[in-house]
Amino acid sequence: MEEYSVIGKRIPRVDGRVKVTGEARYAADYSMPGMLWCKMLRSPYPHARIVSIDTSRAEKLPGVKGVLTGKDFNGWTWGWMPKTRDEPPLAVDKVRYLAEAVAAVAAIDEDTAEEATELIKVEYEELPGVFDPEEAMKEGAPRVHDYVKNNLSWDFHMDFGDVDKGFGEADLVREDRFETGRVITGYLEPPAAVALWDSGGITIWAAKQSPYFVYRHLAACFNLPLNKVRIIQPFIGAGFGGTKNDSLAGDFCSVLFSKRTGRPVKFVYNMHEVLMTCRRRHNMIIHNKMGMKKDGIITAMQSKVIADGGAYTAIGPLTMYLTGSISTLPYKLPHFRHDAYRIFTNNPIGAAMRGHGVTHTRFAAEIQMEMMAEELGIDPIEVRLKNAITAPYETINKVTVHTCGLKEGLKTLSENPKWKKRSGGSPPEGPLSHGVGISGTAYLGGARQRGHQSCGAVVRLCEDGTIDYLTGATDCGQGSDTVLVQIVAEELGLGVEDVDIKRVDTAVTPCDAGSYGSRVTVLAGGAARNAARDVKRQLAEVAARNWEVDPGDIIFKDQRVYVKGEPEKAMPFRKLAQVACYAGSGAVIIGRGYSQYGIEELDFDKGIGNAGTSYSFTSQLTEVDVDLETGFVKCTDMVIAHDCGRPLNPINVEAQNQGGAIQGMGQAMYERFAMDLGKTLNANLADYKMPLSTDVPNIELIDIITDDPNGPYGAKEASEGSTVSSPPSVVSAIHDATGIWFKEQPVTPEKIVMALKKKRE
Amino acid sequence: MKQLVTLNVNGNTYSLAIDPWRTLNEVLREDLNLTGTKLGCGDGDCGACTVLVNGRSVSSCLTLAVAVQGKEITTVEGLAQSGEKLHPIQEAFIEHGAIQCGFCTAGMEMSALNLLKQNPSPTEEEIRTAIAGNLCRCTGYYKIVEAIGDAAKKMKV
Repeated sequence: MEEYSVIGKRIPRVDGRVKVTGEARYAADYSMPGMLWCKMLRSPYPHARIVSIDTSRAEKLPGVKGVLTGKDFNGWTWGWMPKTRDEPPLAVDKVRYLAEAVAAVAAIDEDTAEEATELIKVEYEELPGVFDPEEAMKEGAPRVHDYVKNNLSWDFHMDFGDVDKGFGEADLVREDRFETGRVITGYLEPPAAVALWDSGGITIWAAKQSPYFVYRHLAACFNLPLNKVRIIQPFIGAGFGGTKNDSLAGDFCSVLFSKRTGRPVKFVYNMHEVLMTCRRRHNMIIHNKMGMKKDGIITAMQSKVIADGGAYTAIGPLTMYLTGSISTLPYKLPHFRHDAYRIFTNNPIGAAMRGHGVTHTRFAAEIQMEMMAEELGIDPIEVRLKNAITAPYETINKVTVHTCGLKEGLKTLSENPKWKKRSGGSPPEGPLSHGVGISGTAYLGGARQRGHQSCGAVVRLCEDGTIDYLTGATDCGQGSDTVLVQIVAEELGLGVEDVDIKRVDTAVTPCDAGSYGSRVTVLAGGAARNAARDVKRQLAEVAARNWEVDPGDIIFKDQRVYVKGEPEKAMPFRKLAQVACYAGSGAVIIGRGYSQYGIEELDFDKGIGNAGTSYSFTSQLTEVDVDLETGFVKCTDMVIAHDCGRPLNPINVEAQNQGGAIQGMGQAMYERFAMDLGKTLNANLADYKMPLSTDVPNIELIDIITDDPNGPYGAKEASEGSTVSSPPSVVSAIHDATGIWFKEQPVTPEKIVMALKKKRE
Repeated sequence: MKQLVTLNVNGNTYSLAIDPWRTLNEVLREDLNLTGTKLGCGDGDCGACTVLVNGRSVSSCLTLAVAVQGKEITTVEGLAQSGEKLHPIQEAFIEHGAIQCGFCTAGMEMSALNLLKQNPSPTEEEIRTAIAGNLCRCTGYYKIVEAIGDAAKKMKV
């Protein structure tokens, strides 16, 4: 194993200081002289035709500088794929979900803008709504989009092997219905931006997790070339997918207001708007069928997934793709069939969220596998070990796995004293029942979407030996800036203090796909390494000329440069930088790098191929105490054995695993949007319960090192695996404590009490 | 009708004419350009806007600016007393990786300061309870709890 100087070390975050002092500026912290405020008017109906809009009274209010309605965008719509561009910046002919933006006001201050929205008169013709995806699929259901029959937003049909044959070979076949809830991403920073339109085009300081999506959306919406759209990234108050990976009504409206008024325009959504309207995890119904031999070997799996897509398509097709294409990991499936339906309803939009797509179907398959093992008298870890893949492996849908630490992780957990505390069905003494659960899951890293995949890095050498590093990848909190700086420093034999990373600015930084799908360390990290190596190559040539040696013999280490085997031939890195930069005109040293994933094309329509560059594997043990009288669950302990290839920064990897597991725990135990006829009933952070500091269990983390060949320094993903492993592990533990299998998330105290009551009767 | 107020923030005195309905959060961020204090939910549920008033933590989004005249207000910008040197809480947050997106950080630090002023040797449980009004979606709280425990030790030295 190569010895690294910076990689793999517990390096504190490069943005730590500006964040602890409050110096770090987020989108809402920006303001400019003469700036206007933009506010939205939102629909009071989930489904209604817009008959007329009268903005005259709002326009006359002193301080109002403009009012926009849907027509001002001339029919422009956006979406993730060319054929799914169904979402307008402001509703045009009808509103499709409650609180959809219908009009916008720009005024000299926030209060005036808000007051003006109340003066806009919209006449609606209320339409019958549809809020349940299974109802929405039926003939005769109200149509959310007039041109879409049966409200079918997107469907996938993946079919590998012969499932009927597989079920025929099984000794036990089960069919169950599972459901996953509507969950918020839960960032604390509401979406915000300041937009400025001047002769240079658009400049926008916006809270975006993946700014290059918005860059293309704004260019398309306003018919500008891309070099006239500049997104400057402030610090981002977290993302977790969905809303901050996309554009918003506020973005388009503030840009158009700035174009019309010549003034900077700001918007900040409030948390109520966020929770009423922003993109959320799809609620999914999963009909799962699994066949198993007596010895626990899975013979086939068939899934039918129905997802509540809400009013527009957004990134939904990718969500649905991931529900199926990754189902073939991490257990061997000789026969697999997957039918996925994303359905339009008059609910807020379902979209990506950490653990994207995979968390739903993996939950169903994990629980069902364990239910069947129980029926057959097989230990939950044993059934997983029997079916777990071993690398190298190619799944039936041609997902290729080069490294896999699942079996090692599961074995580690089986030896943990906590696993021995499992009740295995023995009755509790007293009202508190203790349970231990398990899961073993996979997630993709270095995700590849359809379309734009460009990902580059620029490393610029300054003549004093310091480095300016430019990336298009956004750190929205996960710590990628620190890891990318570590990579550049490692390659050049420098310290992290010698490398300065700039915030993304689309006018300056090289294009990047975005901070989604656990792709930044793997792909932008690869680009960073290549760009640093490009600088190193140029510097090595200068040094080699100087010492009349081969460039391949030049070593960069500890801020020094020397010749291999000739330690007297040495100089500080800083000195070499000066020599190289002063060597003559044109001696500007810039390194370029791109990510090269070097893997085959994927067949998106059929679900074949690699949606990721590599795959992480997470084994998780969870302990709970369930109060059998109240149904209250206290999650007390977790042990997570995670294979992220190799942790490049252990502090960050620990933090990702901890945060991801707790997000998954919330989803499993209590998080959900309570909905009634399209209305989010708990649109505040007191009634929508996210885990508090007093709710979280002890977590023990174990790294399973596998050194993946396709990631920089062996790294795979570390940010989403535990979000996927947590829900089945928690539900498995609740089963151990109660003897009941809960198939719908979240497993609330009410559900537990009702199920226990039913069990007693 | 605007009202003349004098606010004492981080040891500095500011005289301002403000509308009486404006919150301390708005005045700090918009009038004094102290944007280190964040606005999350605006309902007092998330704790991102926490500041100290006379040494006790309050939600600045629920506090009217006119109500805190003559009181000592401390924000994240007032944590590090002098130039380069960070407060032990800030140092511990960096060392322990208790920061991810950073949006809850200022509020967390102020809640931690509130705790450590009243209880210089808190147990882990007391730390957890002290920050139970501050939401963090990124970290799961582990490194924050560790950092506050470590800051307590640093502050005693």
